[in-house]
Amino acid sequence: MIILSKSDYNRIVEHAFKELPNEACGLIAGEIKGGDKIIKKVYLLTNTDHSNEHFSLDSKEQLAAIKDMRASGFVPLGNWHSHPESPSRPSDEDKRLAFDSKASYMILSLMDREKPVLNSFKIQGDNAEKEELVIK
Amino acid sequence: MFITVAGEKKEVKDGLTVAQLIVDENVETPMYVTVSINDEFVESGEFESTVISDGDNVEFLYFMGGGQ
Repeated sequence: MIILSKSDYNRIVEHAFKELPNEACGLIAGEIKGGDKIIKKVYLLTNTDHSNEHFSLDSKEQLAAIKDMRASGFVPLGNWHSHPESPSRPSDEDKRLAFDSKASYMILSLMDREKPVLNSFKIQGDNAEKEELVIK
Repeated sequence: MFITVAGEKKEVKDGLTVAQLIVDENVETPMYVTVSINDEFVESGEFESTVISDGDNVEFLYFMGGGQ
């Protein structure tokens, strides 16, 4: 299970809408307790691809985020990105570029602008498994 | 000499290159790793020639990207 606060969920959604028509992206960090991932901080990073079909995290911002996580006593839990025009599921490119089988890959679909959909996945090779996401 | 790798202080041999450190640290998917030394990014073509100095702070950043 992965747990995200409602306020952090709102920050992700707001940032994703702000970045339209492009994909938005960022990192998630927090704690692992009893096998559950608890997201304590969401990082909103720049998509250096500035594309509606691709994303790459800005390296300098990524470095700053990693240092901030360490200073805060958090562990990296994964990343998130938006799909402006497609469902909340990993694309072939998402799978190909998912190198950490322990990470959570969160995908926010804005296909239906009125009803954003956020899911979280673990990805190993071609296999993407949805994990239970609790927003509270 | 002592360096810091991903926040952990380590003793390493003098003359250690970034390329060798990547091997020593068992970095997965090294072709998708960005390396910084003291907050300065090292070009991937310079991993073999970049020698790490005593007290350096090294970070490995794994490429994160994708597409819809």
